[in-house]
Amino acid sequence: MKVVLQNLTKRFPNRNKKIKEDVIAVNDFSFEIPDGELIGLLGPSGCGKSTMLNLICGLQKPTSGRIFFGEDDVTALPPENRGVGLVFQNYALYPHLTVRQNILFPLQNLKGAARPSKEEMLRRATEAAHLVQIDTLMDRKPSELSGGQQQRVAIARALVKMPRVLLLDEPLSNLDARLRLQTREEIRRIQRETGITTVFVTHDQEEAMSISDRIVVMKSGLLQQIGRPQEVYDDPVNLFVAKFLGTPPINVFEGEVRNGRLWIGEDAVLKADLSDRKVWVGVRPEGFLPEQAGPLHCTLRAVEVMGRDISVVAGHPACTGETIRAIIQAEDRPNEQAETVRFALKPYKVFLFDRESEERLDAALS
Amino acid sequence: MERKNAKGWLYLLPAIAFLGVFLVYPLVDVFVYSFEEGYNSASQSFFGVGLYNYSYVLHDPYFLQALKNTFVLVIITVPLSTGLALLISVGLSSIQKLKDLFQTIYFLPYVTNTLAVGLVFMILFKKTAYTDGLVNLMLHWFGAGPIDFIDGPHWAKMFVLCFYTVWVVLPFKILILTSALASVNQDYYNAAKIDGTSRQRIFFRITLPMISPMLFYLIITGFIGAFKAYSDAVAIFGVNLNAAGMNTMVGYVYDMLYGDSGGYPSYASAAAILLFVIVLTITFINLLISRKSVHY
Amino acid sequence: MNYDSIERRARRSERIRKGFTYFCLTLWALMVLFPFYWMLLSSVKSYSAYNSEYVPRFFTLQPTLQNYVDAFTAVPLAKYFLNTLIFTLATTAVMLVVITLAAFAFARLDFHGKDLVFTFFLALMMIPNELVVITNFVTITDWGLRNTFLGLILPSVTSVFYIYLLKENFAQIPDELYYAAKVDGTSDLKYLLRVLLPICRPTMVTITILKVIECWNSYVWPRLITDDANYFLVSNGIQEIRENGFGRENIPAMMAAVVVISVPLIVLFLLFHKKIMAGVSRGGTKG
Repeated sequence: MKVVLQNLTKRFPNRNKKIKEDVIAVNDFSFEIPDGELIGLLGPSGCGKSTMLNLICGLQKPTSGRIFFGEDDVTALPPENRGVGLVFQNYALYPHLTVRQNILFPLQNLKGAARPSKEEMLRRATEAAHLVQIDTLMDRKPSELSGGQQQRVAIARALVKMPRVLLLDEPLSNLDARLRLQTREEIRRIQRETGITTVFVTHDQEEAMSISDRIVVMKSGLLQQIGRPQEVYDDPVNLFVAKFLGTPPINVFEGEVRNGRLWIGEDAVLKADLSDRKVWVGVRPEGFLPEQAGPLHCTLRAVEVMGRDISVVAGHPACTGETIRAIIQAEDRPNEQAETVRFALKPYKVFLFDRESEERLDAALS
Repeated sequence: MERKNAKGWLYLLPAIAFLGVFLVYPLVDVFVYSFEEGYNSASQSFFGVGLYNYSYVLHDPYFLQALKNTFVLVIITVPLSTGLALLISVGLSSIQKLKDLFQTIYFLPYVTNTLAVGLVFMILFKKTAYTDGLVNLMLHWFGAGPIDFIDGPHWAKMFVLCFYTVWVVLPFKILILTSALASVNQDYYNAAKIDGTSRQRIFFRITLPMISPMLFYLIITGFIGAFKAYSDAVAIFGVNLNAAGMNTMVGYVYDMLYGDSGGYPSYASAAAILLFVIVLTITFINLLISRKSVHY
Repeated sequence: MNYDSIERRARRSERIRKGFTYFCLTLWALMVLFPFYWMLLSSVKSYSAYNSEYVPRFFTLQPTLQNYVDAFTAVPLAKYFLNTLIFTLATTAVMLVVITLAAFAFARLDFHGKDLVFTFFLALMMIPNELVVITNFVTITDWGLRNTFLGLILPSVTSVFYIYLLKENFAQIPDELYYAAKVDGTSDLKYLLRVLLPICRPTMVTITILKVIECWNSYVWPRLITDDANYFLVSNGIQEIRENGFGRENIPAMMAAVVVISVPLIVLFLLFHKKIMAGVSRGGTKG
């Protein structure tokens, strides 16, 4: 099921009653989710991604704009008639019901012709449980399950009614680090097997990058960029997106283009075919190459060995952050006793942004 | 270490002294009284030990009347007030506008003097030579004849008592249930909404189980409270409840102890212990039922 | 599926439900408020006007304050009022001291047998007042304390439940604060007064309010222990007025008295209704 959002806007009256101006949680949002894809809705907390999810599932009504599931306009439809499954951040499993009863719950809501027979309900519940591999836990209460198991039950409950769209709200945030890795692969597998169009909300860019077919980056209710994770990472449209994606984060410098050269402080690092102007220079950690005669002069602060790679912590007067963090290969290990380290930059890992608008500048670097 | 010990006990001393004199000793003493036959409060002497006091109380028509009244009161007001409180709380939690105002109004009876407001109820229901009273006026609008609620038939008096009791106990129940309802995570309702759960089903399968611990707490304390009903009855029917045929078990205990018919602490003790045994039994049954039906 | 009609139907039934809910809630609100209105109304009707209304009127055009004058002059209402004030303040004050000390001992001090005593205290919570009132009556009578404030106050200056409530609150305060105070050479009592009590003020306020309400409305014990009208509290006073006051059935004057004794708590409630309701839902029981 394809999901189309058209000029979606949601305003709330300000919680502080003295401020008359509305809060705009979602601002003129348009995009299309292709059928059967897993979409990661990504943004810092408070950017409106949860509101977005509530609009799609119908718990909230948009102020303006339209939502389509396939060809159906569902904008005004109450949630129960939309055919969506929602997995809540805290799972919202009914504590007084067993796992089986929890999974059966949505089916038992159906009325009339849509209501399956008892056997059919049980069969579907078992099937959903099997899909998320909780077959053996059916008679337990949610309080007797681990966080990861509760998560699976919640997914099974959302899947059992065969939703047209599956929505997951921060599905991994309540799990510990190890389980998080495991569960996100699990979600990916379940989504592949069922082929249900899935939207999942997260503030963790790594999570979104690792399992999404496409990611949607949001900031203050505004759509920033949509694309396949690698595309967005390699080609961010603005400084916000560039900063938001990637661990360790991108290094940002104050820079300037003068006479076809890109300067960072006193160092002319690359050639740039751009008219003279001040810019922000973003350099991915893996964009640094330690070289004896490299153009970027940095003070060496520390070298951290991470096994396969080495992380070099350095400083530069033009850097906007406290330190520069560069990831280099182990064999390029610099002399730790040295006070300075010099880098050459890989041009395709360097992005230029306008100083004012912070929009990406289209420039060929070499 | 020794000084530390002494210090702890020193801080506890006032509490232990007061509790010892006014709670522990009386608790033992009440059993002693209840078994002392023919106790004379003037000479503080008695001539036998046995179950005579219990047998006297159990054969006293006033006690039987009080027992009956108390049971009727309990059986009517506990389910009624709990159910009504549940309906009102559910209504309250479904609205936003004026919610605070309603809540404040509903709580008002809790802070008022039971005796004083009881007087108002008496006046509303009372039929005198001058006037039939307001309630009878309203009954008249619906074509029903005047009924003397205060000095008339027993059922009418019972009705007033039940009505007033419900009026008095509702604020607490509404408050507890409203906060229990508010503490149910909104996500459960959202999840149910997305699954297209009908209103009844949400109420019976989600809301009710979720607040069941609080509901049972209210039922248990409601039973205990209703069994101890007394001042509501005094407020409406005056001090001489036996004459009005509206005495309650607690009222019987006090009447035996003090007042025109008083001076019999042994009978009072026996009646009090009987009351306590009944309350204990009912509470125990309640707990058994709640153990079975409260889910977590 | 016609989405439009589904939505329209849903919206209409929602509106009907809302309307019905408000109707019912308003109905009960009137039910609660009406006795208060009636008591105010009756208290400002003149005696003759009240008794001439065979059909009671819902308003009056000639309000009078004469009944209030009667209430204070014909019966010693002011005396009842003062007695209740003394009783309430004294009982609450002594109780606060007693339970604070006990709660502090349980929460913070170490001594042999603490757990045992605490368990015993908890068991005491189950004892109903009706069971012990008989002996207390005899005790106070034997001590010759009938018709004295001491006799009224003494049996109600401890509450196991409040000790428990306060102890739980004290126990939540981190140990570090206590040790820090110890290092600074603060005595236990000073720590209790200067650190613990200010931090636990909300609980103290809750307990105080609940106790004040309880005292103001107490009826049974004062009735047993006082038969001298000089020591009557308002509850007994109102009962006395009802049985013997004002010579004849002067209902407007009675209502004026009822208004007077109801007003303090209602004013207290209107001022602190958030706090009182929060407090009661945490620690109150009634009915």
